[in-house]
Amino acid sequence: MSSIVSYGSYVPRYRIRAEEIARVWGEDPENIKGGLMIYSKSVPGPDEDVLTISAEAGKNAIKRTDVSKKTIGAIFVGSESHPYAVKPTASILVEALGLPNDIHSADYEFACKAGTAAIQNVMGLVDSGMIENGMAIGADTSQGAPGDALEYSASAGGTAFIIGKKGIAEINKTYSFTTDTPDFWRREGEKYPSHGGRFTGEPAYFKHVLTGAKRMMEMQGTKPEDYDYAVFHQPNGKFPTRAAKMLGFKDEQVKDGLLTPYIGNTYSSSMIIGLSAILDKAEPGDRILAVAFGSGAGSDAFDITVNDSIKSYKRDRAPGVMEQINRPIWIDYANYVKYRGKIIMRGE
Amino acid sequence: MRDVYIIGVGSTKYGELWDMSLRELASEAGLKALMDAGIKAEEIDALYGANTSAGQFIDQEHIAALISDYSGISELGIPAVRIEAGAASGGAALNQAYLAVKSGQYDTVVVGGVEKMTDVPSEVANEIIGGSLDAEWETFFGVTEASVAAMIAKRHEYDERVKREHYAVFPVISHKHASMNPSSHFKNVIKLEDVINASPVAEPLTVYDTAPLSDGASAIVITADKKKIKESENPIRIKASTMANDFLSLHDRKKIDSFKAVNKSVKEALKQSGLNLGNIDGYEIHDSYSIGSLIQMEEIFGKEAIKMVENNEYYFNSSHPLNVSGGLKAHGNPLGAVGLYQAIEATIQLRGKAGERQIKGSKNMLIHNMGGLGTTSVTTILGVE
Repeated sequence: MSSIVSYGSYVPRYRIRAEEIARVWGEDPENIKGGLMIYSKSVPGPDEDVLTISAEAGKNAIKRTDVSKKTIGAIFVGSESHPYAVKPTASILVEALGLPNDIHSADYEFACKAGTAAIQNVMGLVDSGMIENGMAIGADTSQGAPGDALEYSASAGGTAFIIGKKGIAEINKTYSFTTDTPDFWRREGEKYPSHGGRFTGEPAYFKHVLTGAKRMMEMQGTKPEDYDYAVFHQPNGKFPTRAAKMLGFKDEQVKDGLLTPYIGNTYSSSMIIGLSAILDKAEPGDRILAVAFGSGAGSDAFDITVNDSIKSYKRDRAPGVMEQINRPIWIDYANYVKYRGKIIMRGE
Repeated sequence: MRDVYIIGVGSTKYGELWDMSLRELASEAGLKALMDAGIKAEEIDALYGANTSAGQFIDQEHIAALISDYSGISELGIPAVRIEAGAASGGAALNQAYLAVKSGQYDTVVVGGVEKMTDVPSEVANEIIGGSLDAEWETFFGVTEASVAAMIAKRHEYDERVKREHYAVFPVISHKHASMNPSSHFKNVIKLEDVINASPVAEPLTVYDTAPLSDGASAIVITADKKKIKESENPIRIKASTMANDFLSLHDRKKIDSFKAVNKSVKEALKQSGLNLGNIDGYEIHDSYSIGSLIQMEEIFGKEAIKMVENNEYYFNSSHPLNVSGGLKAHGNPLGAVGLYQAIEATIQLRGKAGERQIKGSKNMLIHNMGGLGTTSVTTILGVE
């Protein structure tokens, strides 16, 4: 099976607190902080979009490895906020990252698990021998309608992986589970997504995440205690915490990958940015269970073992996830709506 | 006039039943009721279907015909009609079916109630629930049913010196009882401070003061056929069935924190049954809002109702067991079905089959189903001989 050769993430510096959003909408911030476990979220700057975020994450992944860019034979970008409806993000990234033009490239969409779908597709090409290495990115500048519960969580961020034969962590197995479950959607041309309220919980998130995790452990003959870390898709802080508890994982196994309480839900990067934060501190032999969830709905599970190569891997060449999280620029709601293009400008 | 008995009951689980449609819910409950009665579809003379708002919840009207069709009995040509009276639809359907059987027009009738509420977002569901108010004079101006309940609560606290705890206790009682009922929407036990400190819905009411949005269906079989009554293992007699109404709009009522219709239908039911309150062993009332529970009990017991709160008399093992099913608050609140589940709970209690929540030696149960806040009131008294 293929392995993770390198990785890198990017989190925009702008942040807004739950209290600030609640202040504008007359809500009790304690309900958001206590109920959803969201304290703040990242906000893309006026000049940032999925392309720039992907480029930053991709650059960080490239910086950390000595593997030549010429060996990268595929780039797939998963997002639900690609800048163009028609025109790939991936092709711009090929040029922006200086990748060879002899390359397979495409944009993917599967709500919050488009990034892991990209990883799986690169794995397929690597395992089949079609390419030596490939890049998979999950990035989003997700949308939440003004006043909607999503406004507290929908944030921005991206994570890139270079997948190849020889890397720092083996992907022992991947498994996917898919059903037709309409929990969250955005139709063509609509500015903001719709969601099924409580329907997004039990029949959507929990059913798919728990099935993905359980089947993976069944197939691998593993138990929660066999893993040093577990990371799940995190639309808020509450869902992954509950899922971990239901599966039998302890707080210390999940705390390092649980980032949504501080940066919000980065959608296509949500689970993988947690995985990125875990890899920032992982040691040889550490085993990781990672499960992404995408509305609509499906889950992608990964069983990963970190190997000895991580010792010589140059993590320090790019900023780690926590380093990026810990350099916020706090903004108010007025700047938030300005940056997110929610103000109707002259001529619009 | 001949006596009418309940000879079969059937219900689905109540809750967020994402995998079941309205038609599946209704036919499951109906089939269970027929099986419980031990009769075949050919023996039914009519079908009464209770439903509050399927037209808005799932874009489906003509509910009784749908239930009949989907249950596979349309070939028999059995008349099927829908009864709607807000959240009192179930009780009203039972009342209409009872009158039809009592009069001799029909011998054996199935009465079913169903609501599928979770296919729409909760804010849409709350608008639909507001359909039980006056569209022109209330909901047009932004009034919701919860806000009406909150106004009643504020007025009641002011006029009658009622404390928050006097009505916040009703959800606590319902949750305690629901924890012992396998078909409940919620099985968690809650405390008084949980109710008071929960997120506000319409102050002073919180989410715990209000019944949830639930899916579910319940059905019963009633008959006056002597052979069927004799063959029934445990027939339960409908000793009284009465209805009364008040003004639809709150502003037309002389005193907004009283439910005159409740007082009237309960008094008439007691008279019809020849019983007094001392003969009643348990109560199922319409606890869509905690304040509504207190006012219903005050209409039945007067000032004693508050003393009964203070003396913890409403628990299943106390002197006036109330909502031993778990009530709408915790057993669940699929609008059109709840009036029938109340009858089912009373039947189970009177059969002595309620397990750990059994009211000991129960002979007569009074059930009260309500549409709006005190607008439509249906009282039924069930008993063993």
